[in-house]
Amino acid sequence: KLHSRTESSSKAAFLDHSETLWMRMTCKHTNSPVIDAFAVPKWLSMSSGCILALLRWVSSFHGSLFPHLTLSSEDMIAEFSQVLNWSDCVVRAFAWHPHTDKFAVALLDDSIKIYNPKSATTPTLKHRLQRSVAAVQWKPLCASALAVACQNCLLVWHVDPCSLSTRPSSGCAQVLSHPGHSPVTSIAWSPSGSLLLSASPMDSTMMVWDVAAESCVPLQRVGGGGVSFLSWSPDGSHVLASTPSALFRVWETRMWTCERWPCVKGRCQSGCWSPDGSRLLFTVQGEMVIYALTFTDAPGQLSHSGPQAAAVVADLSETTFSTPDGDIVVGGEIQSLVWDPRGERLAVLLKGDPQAADRPAIIAVFKTRANPIFELLPCGFVQGEAGAEPRLMQFHPNFQHGALLTVCWSNGRITHVPFYFVSAGVPHFGLSGSPLLPHPQQRPADFVNQSLFTEFLS
Amino acid sequence: MVSTEQSCWFIRKVICWRAVASIAWAVLLLPPITLVFVIISKFSFLHPIQTISECLYLLTSASGIFSFILLCGVILIVGFLHLEYYTVIPTIACSKIALLGQLLHPRHFINSLVHCFMGVIVAWCCAVTMGLRYETLGYPCTESDGHPQMCLNEYHLILLLAGAFVGFSHSLLGVIYNMNYVSFHTVQQYKYLRFKRCLPLVVKCSATQALYSVRNYIVMYLFLGYIPRAWICKTLNLHLDSSVHPLDSIAGLLDLSLLYHLWSSATFLLLTWNITLLLFRIFVTEVYSFPVQSSFTEDSHQCLPKVLTEKQPMILKFLALQDLALLSQHSPSRRCEVFSLSQPGGHPHNWNAISKECLSLLTDLTQRLVAYHDTVATNGRAKSLSSGSERKTSSETSVTSGTEDLMSPRPVFLMKTPASVFARSVAGTPQSPLTSLFTPDLDSPFASPALRRLTAPVDQCSPWYGTVQSPHIMRRAPKLWSTSTDSQVNGSPTPSPASVPSPKPEPSKPSFLAQFLQNRKEQLPEASSQALFADSQAHIWALEGLSYLVQASFSEDQFGVVQTTLPSILSCMLVLQEAVDRHFKLPHASSKPVRSTSSMGDSTYKTLRFALRATLKTAIYRITTTFGDHLNAVQISAEHRKRLQQFLEYKE
Repeated sequence: KLHSRTESSSKAAFLDHSETLWMRMTCKHTNSPVIDAFAVPKWLSMSSGCILALLRWVSSFHGSLFPHLTLSSEDMIAEFSQVLNWSDCVVRAFAWHPHTDKFAVALLDDSIKIYNPKSATTPTLKHRLQRSVAAVQWKPLCASALAVACQNCLLVWHVDPCSLSTRPSSGCAQVLSHPGHSPVTSIAWSPSGSLLLSASPMDSTMMVWDVAAESCVPLQRVGGGGVSFLSWSPDGSHVLASTPSALFRVWETRMWTCERWPCVKGRCQSGCWSPDGSRLLFTVQGEMVIYALTFTDAPGQLSHSGPQAAAVVADLSETTFSTPDGDIVVGGEIQSLVWDPRGERLAVLLKGDPQAADRPAIIAVFKTRANPIFELLPCGFVQGEAGAEPRLMQFHPNFQHGALLTVCWSNGRITHVPFYFVSAGVPHFGLSGSPLLPHPQQRPADFVNQSLFTEFLS
Repeated sequence: MVSTEQSCWFIRKVICWRAVASIAWAVLLLPPITLVFVIISKFSFLHPIQTISECLYLLTSASGIFSFILLCGVILIVGFLHLEYYTVIPTIACSKIALLGQLLHPRHFINSLVHCFMGVIVAWCCAVTMGLRYETLGYPCTESDGHPQMCLNEYHLILLLAGAFVGFSHSLLGVIYNMNYVSFHTVQQYKYLRFKRCLPLVVKCSATQALYSVRNYIVMYLFLGYIPRAWICKTLNLHLDSSVHPLDSIAGLLDLSLLYHLWSSATFLLLTWNITLLLFRIFVTEVYSFPVQSSFTEDSHQCLPKVLTEKQPMILKFLALQDLALLSQHSPSRRCEVFSLSQPGGHPHNWNAISKECLSLLTDLTQRLVAYHDTVATNGRAKSLSSGSERKTSSETSVTSGTEDLMSPRPVFLMKTPASVFARSVAGTPQSPLTSLFTPDLDSPFASPALRRLTAPVDQCSPWYGTVQSPHIMRRAPKLWSTSTDSQVNGSPTPSPASVPSPKPEPSKPSFLAQFLQNRKEQLPEASSQALFADSQAHIWALEGLSYLVQASFSEDQFGVVQTTLPSILSCMLVLQEAVDRHFKLPHASSKPVRSTSSMGDSTYKTLRFALRATLKTAIYRITTTFGDHLNAVQISAEHRKRLQQFLEYKE
């Protein structure tokens, strides 16, 4: 069944109460006739009017510099989320546990379900602050902690894996919030599990949370107007932080200094790190190419001998393929990039064009090779059922036989697409390998492995 | 300064210089702050240009320069006081009485008096720079009969007294909020960036604190203002001008410009002091990189393995542990030195020393937790294991008993005591009557039974020396004051004078005062848990360092030096994990402290136990994830293996 808004329909009956006491007081005062009887001095009303106009002017100027600031928070999450069409997506966020075979799924009704093949219970996490979930991530080196990026705060759930309860109480969640830091659109745990980063496009500071102590260190740099996407390199030495404007930063995590990378065209839409943290692939909004940055030096000296410019490693301009169903056009802008933990497969979610039927959103898979030179070799496409388009994808963090790509589709299904290969060897394709799948899922119509592995040569 | 004689190379070479650098920066920051203050206090919207020229003139005048020199002197003294009073382990008062004892302790009292005096000086400088009606204490006036005389300028007086009040209250709040506690940060940043980040907070804190102080001061002056005024008039032979309203009336104090000036000078005072404190904290907690091994024998005492085992300056131990945690994470070359073998002989001395010290720290914490749990279990409820006073007493006993062999069985206690502020004051002097008045000793009814139990074993030696805490031995200690009076009535605690000879026979029925004190003692339940984990930053680093080193050893340790200690590391962590889990099942242990943001006091110590719990779990997972099934080959007890299996299956 699809998880839609039905469960939360009662919410509409209540007004969201976010006014402060002061706001309510002023509201009351302006409405009350008693106060109106006292004439406000003219100069006071004049000067306050002037100040208000000035403030409005300043904020509109700020808004024209950073147009995203005028968006509503739901729109903003939809704009900056890694999920394609986040607002109508049934599965809003997905996260594999970094060490075991369990995953968390955030649904449209703001609940989170945790599926574990080894346990019969599927805990459902609900919290009154858990609204508009933009991202979820499990804490590394921990069995239970799950960080959730919500509209107004950050939640860290502690879900006891041995517990039989299907509805953990909201007491199991830590609420981390900081004034002005909302909506949170991206989170990243450090690979050592000690720190949690959070970012909001509204806030130009990036928060480094010490979750146990519930304290945060704001890291601020001028420019950009916010932070929209975070990605921590697997070796823990660098963090990619992209901003809503044409600029992204690469932070070095030892002393927390950063490098500015201005882009020519648009903002950095997505990025991913190679397993050893030495190479960063990223895409820029409005461009159809994948760039690469290489970090060869030891951490700490990033700014001295880092790369000078990003190199184009793949061009994904639109190409027409003829299939039995007719021609389809593949290519265009990129929604997100994921790299498998062994660094052998790169999956690219292409946005497509929702209006044109022959330009579906599609996942393109590349083989990656680091030696002798870094290159991306086209490997194939992943398509869903008719009418279903991919929205979100993630690689399983420790799949023994190769790489396992999990794709969330627009019709609410989640499928696992295995890639069997011997590491650094020739990949073995085909559906013949599917019976070996180690993850029987409880979800309906489970294993839809309709991927077309059309290998083509470029 | 008592500590100079016993100070080691580190204090002399590093800490002192860091303090000097921080003071120098504070002095350098003084001119801009003063300029801003002068502009703020003298600004008039009608003549902006005139204000600025006036300010510039004032700052270059002789009185301006003199007051500026005075301010520099004040900053120097404040910086010196920070160096003298700072601590890396907070003193946590477990009861209101203990807090009162802390406040009245002569060492803190002197500190408060000095602050009070410096507040007067700063206020005088403010008065001189603000000019106008605040400038002088006396002014010539004519009596009603036309006779010329000197009259008291009450505006000047009120400003000076405000300075004294704000200075005094600042130092009192400093004791209450542990302002002398220096915490270390999980996120390393350069000093400039850290300062830049903290500056707005400091300004905000200073402004709000000044507001509250001025409010309290105004109320006090309203009621008691005539006392200092009369006293000053009498001693300086000044007269009161009858034509001017006295200020200790509601009408006199409702002068907005006066209030504004009071507030701005209080803000200025607190801001300069708080910035000095901030700079001191930033400089002192800066990472210091110790060499892992040195090729010269004369430098060997500065190497990490040696420094880690040092007991004396706590800051040295903390910085060494911090360095260990960082090197284990970030620098492969230094890790390599840790795993290396000694050149003649081929012994892994570095690793042995480091792992031994870390393990002893963790074992110490485990024992402390077990002992606390036993205390709670025997009494049926949490007693205040008054860490502050416990440390005091134990450090006193250890210091006074000096070189006797009593020290040797309890290195653990010594290690965690010396940074206590009280330890230094009593160092060398055998418990003077003055200090013993304020430090609860064993015999006094102020000392909690937990405290007595924990200190009594100095004589008995056994419970703390043995690895396993025997609750039976502990229970033999007298329990006169152990529980509240009702349990005394039903006679469950039977004092056995044989075990500990020291306690005096107590009155069988406690007086009203004692009952009152007893009630006051029970008031801060969470504090005992905080006190237990007060120095846990060291344990956190030890856990991180060990676990990262073990993780790195999987691929980097060529000689297998880590393998030999792996069983003991694992079992130590698992035992600690069990103790911590048990501790968090106690009431109040898992309740989160209230967050206070608008204060300069660092409240990191309040959440250290949560940080320790998280770090411990992560550390065990780090080892199990790295080694995986290889851990089945490690020899540990069956119980621990079961526990470890839980971790291997990610079920903890």
